[in-house]
Amino acid sequence: MSEYNPPVIELTVTRLKEFLRETEAIFWVFGFPLLLALALGFAFREKAPDRIPIGIVDAPNAKQRLALLSRSPALLPRIYDPAAAEQVLRTGKVSLLVEGTGVVIYRFDATRPDSRVARLEADDALQAAAGRRNPQPVRDQLVTERGSRYIDFLIPGLLGMNIMGTGMWSVGFNVVNARTRKLLKRLIATPMRKSDYLAAQFLARLGFLFLEVITLLVFTRFVFGVRVNGSWLLLGAICVAGAAAFSGLGILIASRAKTIEAVSGLMNVVMMPMWLCSGVFFSYERFPDAAKPYIRALPLTALNDALRGVMTEGLSAARVAPQLGIMLAWGVVSFLVGLKIFRWQ
Amino acid sequence: MNDVASSAIFCRGLKKYYPDVKAVDGLDLSIARGECFGLLGPNGAGKTTTIEILEGLITADAGEVEVLGMRWEGHEAELRERIGLALQETQLNEKLTVLEVLRLFRSFYRAGPSPAELMKQLSLDEKMNSRVGKLSGGQKQRLSVACGLVGDPDILFLDEPTTGLDPQSRLQLWDVVARFRSKGGTVLLTTHYMDEAQRLCDRIAIVDHGRLIALGTPAELIASLQASNVVEFTTQPLLAEAFVGAIPTQHGFIRHGEGWQLRVDSLAVSVPAIIASIEKSGTRLVTLSTHEATLEDVFVSLTGRELRDE
Ligand SMILES: Nc1ncnc2c1ncn2[C@@H]1O[C@H](COP(=O)(O)OP(=O)(O)OP(=O)(O)O)[C@@H](O)[C@H]1O
Ligand SMILES: [Mg+2]
Repeated sequence: MSEYNPPVIELTVTRLKEFLRETEAIFWVFGFPLLLALALGFAFREKAPDRIPIGIVDAPNAKQRLALLSRSPALLPRIYDPAAAEQVLRTGKVSLLVEGTGVVIYRFDATRPDSRVARLEADDALQAAAGRRNPQPVRDQLVTERGSRYIDFLIPGLLGMNIMGTGMWSVGFNVVNARTRKLLKRLIATPMRKSDYLAAQFLARLGFLFLEVITLLVFTRFVFGVRVNGSWLLLGAICVAGAAAFSGLGILIASRAKTIEAVSGLMNVVMMPMWLCSGVFFSYERFPDAAKPYIRALPLTALNDALRGVMTEGLSAARVAPQLGIMLAWGVVSFLVGLKIFRWQ
Repeated sequence: MNDVASSAIFCRGLKKYYPDVKAVDGLDLSIARGECFGLLGPNGAGKTTTIEILEGLITADAGEVEVLGMRWEGHEAELRERIGLALQETQLNEKLTVLEVLRLFRSFYRAGPSPAELMKQLSLDEKMNSRVGKLSGGQKQRLSVACGLVGDPDILFLDEPTTGLDPQSRLQLWDVVARFRSKGGTVLLTTHYMDEAQRLCDRIAIVDHGRLIALGTPAELIASLQASNVVEFTTQPLLAEAFVGAIPTQHGFIRHGEGWQLRVDSLAVSVPAIIASIEKSGTRLVTLSTHEATLEDVFVSLTGRELRDE
């Protein structure tokens, strides 16, 4: 007997082998998230704050003003003749117009924050050049703390989205494929336990989950310096809970679908709201308060919140326990319902 | 002899109605232990539906089923250990190798032959590390049968195991069935091939439209034609029925394709009589052929149709 593994192990191992032999799947699970992280990471990398374009109305003193204002790191001044200056201010191409001889006239829209900043910066530069002394000595200290950048917000979200996507797809696609090929029917004609088959889907999922999470974390650690501030063990537990939630959902969604098209449609219907609401790319704090309890009950929200909590804030297990609970509940309930209504042929 | 207790497979009054067709329409069968039993019938006759009901994969609308003296309800776990099967169409995991598939299936059963033994038995050992997706049709079919044998079953169900195979692969599968039987196994198989049924089966049930239309050993069924030979001929124009009916030593005739088919005892008497009738009628003989009566003719005589629409 010992020569043969228990069915659930054999099912898991063969499922893993099948997966690793599927080149396209490998790309979607490992390659795609890396590309996405790379693209978004570069799009939102930190760079020097943009200079604010301002206009100087052409006059004999304009050249001199241009030289003074160009010294300000916050401003991008240019000289315009009077008619053109009107035009660029009105269309918002510049935030501020500087004109006048003797008295300096600033023309700007006070409701635009960048105009107000430009006004202050320009005034500072001109006053300093005119000989103003600041009575109070000051020093600026700039913050670029790790963990507070957009990329630090983004990576846990991408990780969560990937755990959801590959979890649901790998289970859903595989199950429906086996059903259309009558493989499920063949399997239930053996003494195999049905729950073993479905449990193996989840266990195999854990196998490539591990590879998937490590690849993304190592990659973003070296390329963007994204760190895990909390416990790695806790992070692992959160990923497993996420995998449980989404394998369960995958099984539920695939439990009756007869074609790949049908299951794809269902997957998208289920995943789309979570892509939008669960705080992958931007925080769900922007949604109305009334909607937030529902958003927080979604498995991807729970996963993203827990991942962010541990990766950026270094939260303890107790603090992410509610999220872990939400994910496990989704996993267990959808697994049981899926098993109950599962169509084997 | 075929009472319920000693039957390997027994069913009575089996019915399965689909919205637009009666797939199985009141079938009674009793298959003895150690017997090889063939279900024969044209496309859509209900063979697959019947065999899958007996395999416990489809529930019948009406009727009783007993396998090894047990009903499916309440004994599924035990029965699954004791039967093996090959479905009419299953695509096993394409990305796995032959050995991996057999190990997987073997893990489901308490006891049975090792994958190595099975691969040897089914001449798959050279392919043991090939992906299932890369196997030929015959090799896939043999793997499928190997998966049926992997739990050392008492009963083997084979749904069209040799359809689409070349003659050599068919012979190989027949060998496997023969070996399984020599160890006391019971076989229920479906097929379109008369020679296969005649060679392999102790008894045959011919089904059509979900009903049993004939049952017996191959010899009995052929004997039921009461004629040892079949003559088929066509004429231009068609020979009138009155002339055909008058031909001697015949046991019935039917319209067949463009002409007639007659079951006769003696070719020496009947063939000259046919030619004489044709001349007398003023029609012209186009083709004439004869063969020894087969199961195919039994089917044609019972239904007026060919077994295979080819
Ligand atoms: N799930 C189903 N739903 C509706 N009709 C079905 C279903 N399964 C089978 N049938 C119909 O029942 C009839 C019997 O089908 P079955 O597959 O049992 O025939 P068969 O004898 O195995 O034919 P073949 O030789 O082509 O395999 C057919 O008319 C088929 O179309
Ligand atoms: Mg069939």
